[in-house]
Amino acid sequence: MDFADSPDEAAFRRRLRAWLSAHNPGLPPSSTSDEYWAGQAEWHRALYDAGFFGLSWPPEIGGHGLPSVYEAIVDEELATAAAPPRPSLGYLVQGILRHGSEDIQRRFLPGIVNGQERWCQGFSEPDAGSDLAALRTRAERDGEDFVLVGHKVWTSYSDEADWCLLLARTDPDAERHRGLSAFAVSMHQPGIEQRPLRMINGITKEFGELLLDGARVPASDMIGPPGGGWRLAMTVVSHEREPGELGYVARYGEVVGELLERARQDPLRLDDEQRRDLAWAMVETDMLRHHVSRRLSERLDGISHGPEGSIDKLLMTAVEQQVGHAALALGGAGHGGSDDTWLKAYLYSRAQSVMGGTSEIQRNLVATRILGLPTS
Amino acid sequence: MDVRLSAEQEALRDSVAQVAGRLGCPTTRDLDDGERRAKLDAAVEASGWRELRAPGDDGGPLASGVEVALVAEELARGLADAAFVGPTLAADLRRRAGGSTASGRETVALTADLTGLAVHGAGSGPAAGVVVDASAADAALVLVAGDDRRLAVAEVGGMLDSVDLTRPQATIGPIRSSPDERRAGPLVDGDLIRWTALGLSLSCADLVGTMRGAAELATAYAKERRQYGAAIGSFQAVQHLLADAIVATEGSRSAARHAAWAVDALEPGDALVAATSAKAYCARAARSVCEMAIQVHGGIGNTWDCLAHVYLRRALLSIDLLGGIGPSLARVLDAAGVGGGRGLR
Repeated sequence: MDFADSPDEAAFRRRLRAWLSAHNPGLPPSSTSDEYWAGQAEWHRALYDAGFFGLSWPPEIGGHGLPSVYEAIVDEELATAAAPPRPSLGYLVQGILRHGSEDIQRRFLPGIVNGQERWCQGFSEPDAGSDLAALRTRAERDGEDFVLVGHKVWTSYSDEADWCLLLARTDPDAERHRGLSAFAVSMHQPGIEQRPLRMINGITKEFGELLLDGARVPASDMIGPPGGGWRLAMTVVSHEREPGELGYVARYGEVVGELLERARQDPLRLDDEQRRDLAWAMVETDMLRHHVSRRLSERLDGISHGPEGSIDKLLMTAVEQQVGHAALALGGAGHGGSDDTWLKAYLYSRAQSVMGGTSEIQRNLVATRILGLPTS
Repeated sequence: MDVRLSAEQEALRDSVAQVAGRLGCPTTRDLDDGERRAKLDAAVEASGWRELRAPGDDGGPLASGVEVALVAEELARGLADAAFVGPTLAADLRRRAGGSTASGRETVALTADLTGLAVHGAGSGPAAGVVVDASAADAALVLVAGDDRRLAVAEVGGMLDSVDLTRPQATIGPIRSSPDERRAGPLVDGDLIRWTALGLSLSCADLVGTMRGAAELATAYAKERRQYGAAIGSFQAVQHLLADAIVATEGSRSAARHAAWAVDALEPGDALVAATSAKAYCARAARSVCEMAIQVHGGIGNTWDCLAHVYLRRALLSIDLLGGIGPSLARVLDAAGVGGGRGLR
């Protein structure tokens, strides 16, 4: 049992560090700003071209076939160098790898991995949030195509996307989980209107909503079998719950490091609440780093990720929100027009207990699927 | 990086779990069963687990911090009322001091608030503090006053009430004057730091085991206790209490595993910071998980006969062992250069 780098991992880390010292794009190092989202595509391609992206994915689609541990090293080194985080595309890759036909995989995965094609995710709807299976967007067969009508929200990066991984109802008569299918829908067509959503911290680029009114998708771009949409969605959301997949822990560590730097300038000025929030942010970030190490190691056994992803998501949420509290406590709320960077980080942290499945839903899943408690 | 347990570590864990399951305390009545306790003590003694930190052929410990943490965790989970953490800490100190090996059953004596080793003053009068893990102990190691690098051996005095019903405490008796016993030491730089890291990481592991046991107890009860015509475990409010307990337990397990590895793998100062950070996390989590177990049991949970308070009490001892939440957070801040000399409570 060893938390330290193996010789191969250490060599990889050195190579990455050297590359980063010359290629840091100087974007904001966090995902809380529009400037980051605007420059993300170029950053993705730079990482890919240098051999630092898609490390754990199969070589056939442009990956490197390495253990996931290498992606954690990338996350750590990006954070250490104050470089922007890598794009989180594991949910797409895993969903398509697991459910898409060979033809679908060959056509779509290389472009996702190399960053030439941008994707968004069209799952949630105004009346289908936690209750995703209530979604009403229709896909009706018309010759060789399906025609789409509906309304999607929380469609991340919808304004930048070339493609949308869309969940729609293809069989209105089937039991509600079984009537859903997944599609790769081109965003470059009439019949799709994209609107940005402005979040509580002011950013407008990360989330959008889609109005679908007669957009078309070829039947051959269905991912998985007809009625297989729910299973694909479950793969996708389970990957959205894994801190190892998302690389967030390195980002939290970076924020804590900046807060510490600020605190060191005049430690005696900190009040007890500030010190307490800072100390817990450090302790919880440490815990999450080790938890991710544990989960990434378990993956070496090929353990498939089931309901314990909900535990991981709840841990990650608690850490992000504690770090948010520390950011607010030390950075202040931007009174009198002062710097509001930390206020924005705090506000952004509130979304973590909602996105990718609310904390309440995660607790339900832990209770019923891990603890085996009866459903009422 | 690969933090999976080795096959040997898994086997060790399983054998401890088996002993704790067979001879631990599944009910409060078992606490008074002296025959069972003697069998448990004999099984632990025969296993050699208490000597894992004694010197091997190369002078280093027979086993790393990871192995002793696995033992502590499984013993706590089964509420095994046999000494382990105390004797392990004594064996580790003995090895570092390079003196003769312990005779009989030795543990350690700590200051009254349990935050560090007890210090023996001038003369042969008893040191101030308390002998921990005093079950079946006949000696306790203390530090010599004015020389924090030298150890002395104290007798074990009279038994004291302990918050923890599974791990009794005792007063510190007179210092043994046998010259052989005093030859141990001196400790070198970093010894006490690493020893403290070991003690903190063992207390984290003990807390993880305690949390697992308490959460399992409460989960089983929630499946069987019925109100309003349904198992209370079917109600979302109860489910979320139990879910939060599992989440806190799993986070603690990850932090504790890293701390246990760090004891021998990192530089002493870094090992101590790792253990301190883990301790703060595990201490907060353990109290809340054990309180949850009482809450889920309702009125019964507040009675002596329910096992839930035995877990809480075991946690309350482990929490304070070598520093609880306040001292740990203060130490974390100090190590990061934002101490400012003020502790947090």
